[in-house]
Amino acid sequence: MTADLAQARRELHELCSGYAQRIQVMEVCGTHTVAIFRSGLRSLLPANLRLVSGPGCPVCVTAQRHVDAALELAGRPEVLLATYGDMVRVPGGAGSLEQLRARGARVHVINSARTALELVRKHPDQQVVLLGVGFETTAPATAATVLEADRDNLTNFSVLMCHKLVVPAMQALLQAGDVPLDGFLAPGHVSVIIGTQAYGPVVQDHGRPVVVAGFEPQQIISGLLYLVRQIVAGRAEIENVYAGVVSDDGNRVAQEMIERVFVVANAPWRELGTIPQSGLELAPAYRRFDALERFGVELGPDETHPLCRCGEVITGRAEPIECPAFADPCTPLNPIGPCMVSSEGTCAAWYKYNRAAAMPLR
Amino acid sequence: MSTTPTTSDGRDRVVLAHGGGGELMGRLIREHLVQPLRNDLLDALTDGVCIDWPDGQVVFTTDSYVVTPLEFPGGDIGRLAVAGTVNDLAVMGAEPMALSLGLILEEGLPLEVLDRIVGSIARTADEASVRVVTGDTKVIERRGGGEEHRAGMFINTAGVGRPRANVKLGLERVEPGDVVLLNGTLADHGLTVMSVREGIEFESALRSDAAPLNGLLAAALAAGDVKFVRDATRGGVAGVLADIAESCQLSVEIDEAALPIGTTARHAAEMLGLDPLTVANEGKCVLVVAADAAERVLTACREHELGRQAAIIGRVSEQAPPLVELVTRIGGRRVVQRPYGEELPRIC
Repeated sequence: MTADLAQARRELHELCSGYAQRIQVMEVCGTHTVAIFRSGLRSLLPANLRLVSGPGCPVCVTAQRHVDAALELAGRPEVLLATYGDMVRVPGGAGSLEQLRARGARVHVINSARTALELVRKHPDQQVVLLGVGFETTAPATAATVLEADRDNLTNFSVLMCHKLVVPAMQALLQAGDVPLDGFLAPGHVSVIIGTQAYGPVVQDHGRPVVVAGFEPQQIISGLLYLVRQIVAGRAEIENVYAGVVSDDGNRVAQEMIERVFVVANAPWRELGTIPQSGLELAPAYRRFDALERFGVELGPDETHPLCRCGEVITGRAEPIECPAFADPCTPLNPIGPCMVSSEGTCAAWYKYNRAAAMPLR
Repeated sequence: MSTTPTTSDGRDRVVLAHGGGGELMGRLIREHLVQPLRNDLLDALTDGVCIDWPDGQVVFTTDSYVVTPLEFPGGDIGRLAVAGTVNDLAVMGAEPMALSLGLILEEGLPLEVLDRIVGSIARTADEASVRVVTGDTKVIERRGGGEEHRAGMFINTAGVGRPRANVKLGLERVEPGDVVLLNGTLADHGLTVMSVREGIEFESALRSDAAPLNGLLAAALAAGDVKFVRDATRGGVAGVLADIAESCQLSVEIDEAALPIGTTARHAAEMLGLDPLTVANEGKCVLVVAADAAERVLTACREHELGRQAAIIGRVSEQAPPLVELVTRIGGRRVVQRPYGEELPRIC
């Protein structure tokens, strides 16, 4: 352990031991969740500092109706569905994309939206549908592909829009009010795009501190220390411990691209229902690239497995081990809910890394 | 490289007739396979081969190779096919004696690709001091249409080896207090192949570690009481350690700071959202060694070219329940489990 880290940890323990109440802090982003589990950081925290994993795993918050729409699209013979890897195992009403692929559907796993355009050019006889999933980190890449498709007048490319915005979800959680949250550890990479000022409403309207941090364990501990300092002192400010990377205003070029190609709209979140102004849709000028419109696909209802409590997990209302399906029958091999599918899902992280949750080896 | 051959269709590619048992097939075998792999047993081109054998037991293994792309930085399917089977013998404590080579070629495969891969098989076999003594070749119909479809190949190799005298390896020998060694950096092969497949270019520093480990293991086994060895291929080091904990009902504690990993590999794994412990290797093995022999075995590994970055990465303990636990760089603790099937890169 480095000296800085040891000192930050010591101060964190001192502050918490002098504070009578329990402190609940939400790490919003799935990458933070995984980094926290991988580094074993929870085992080093004071007993009265509780980390709650938030709705920041793109796979986990994608509404069932969008998963079902993706399955319906992938099932069409003319469609080649391009998707980020985590999505292929999410169970929908008619199986998963992985299962459809095994039955002959064209489902390509991509690592960047650009690859979707390569597929468009390679397969002129196929309709390539990009599954547009993710927060402000992946939205600019989707926007860039739409702009390129528009420029080159590509007629065999469309997007199933499931992109979501981070800050409205944080506000919705605070408005729901049934989970006491004392502050937020805000994600480094989303903040690179949106800038620290974007968290203004959380601080001003809800009086909760927000600290932007990177993903190294040292940066996370440091982020937690800044949060606890604020909470103990009764302050609510935006602080940035990732200052070399994240600026106040964010990446204007990426923001402009999002503003140009998309419009902000109400969006369905898994188990959270519709959150006002929390998602992105294609702007009228680019609506012809909308996969739902092109193929006349109607979004269905959001029916989820009766045992699954992913909705409560991603809002911090339940820990994964409180879910009756956790570890039996819901496992990464046989996931019932999306939090167990995604490598960044809270349930998968618990199942993988948490000793308390670990099944005895057979 | 051999000279450009003439084929029935005038192009330099594998055609179905290459598998037809006629003159064309005979030429393919003689010029493109037997020639580069030349040895007295193979040259006879009989249906089977008779190998001189000392008294005692035979270790026998087989493995199939279906990797795409066929060639990648640091190796190719041919190098994998030799190293993989040699390593399966070597980790059993055997000295590899002979390999078979079964090739399934897809119609349309450029002969120059075949030549490069057979050349790589020959070089890797030399490196491992083992001979390819028998083989088989089949040609299958092209599996995809269009110009962009790249015809591929599959390889099966089987191998026989002779158990080394005075070496007894087995999970039943593993006890609390034993030391866990790894012969070098983690995750290089899996990350290299994944990067090439996904078109992500990391610096050239990322290369597959595919290599035959029989030489390294001969030195390690001679240096001290090695109790168990397994190559950390699919499932990675995590998979091997989970097997040990599960089978022995013992815990294994690993020290993150001691795990050898290259800088590029670490960044690539971070970017893809993968745990390097669960990523495949093709030239790495986990050794469980009696505590009093650990330093000697470590030194022997480090003296070998394929073990320069060998390290003691952890210890076996009686702690209950039996789990693999990682003590992280920051002093935290977390469980290590084997991966669940195909590891998927994350979204953002």
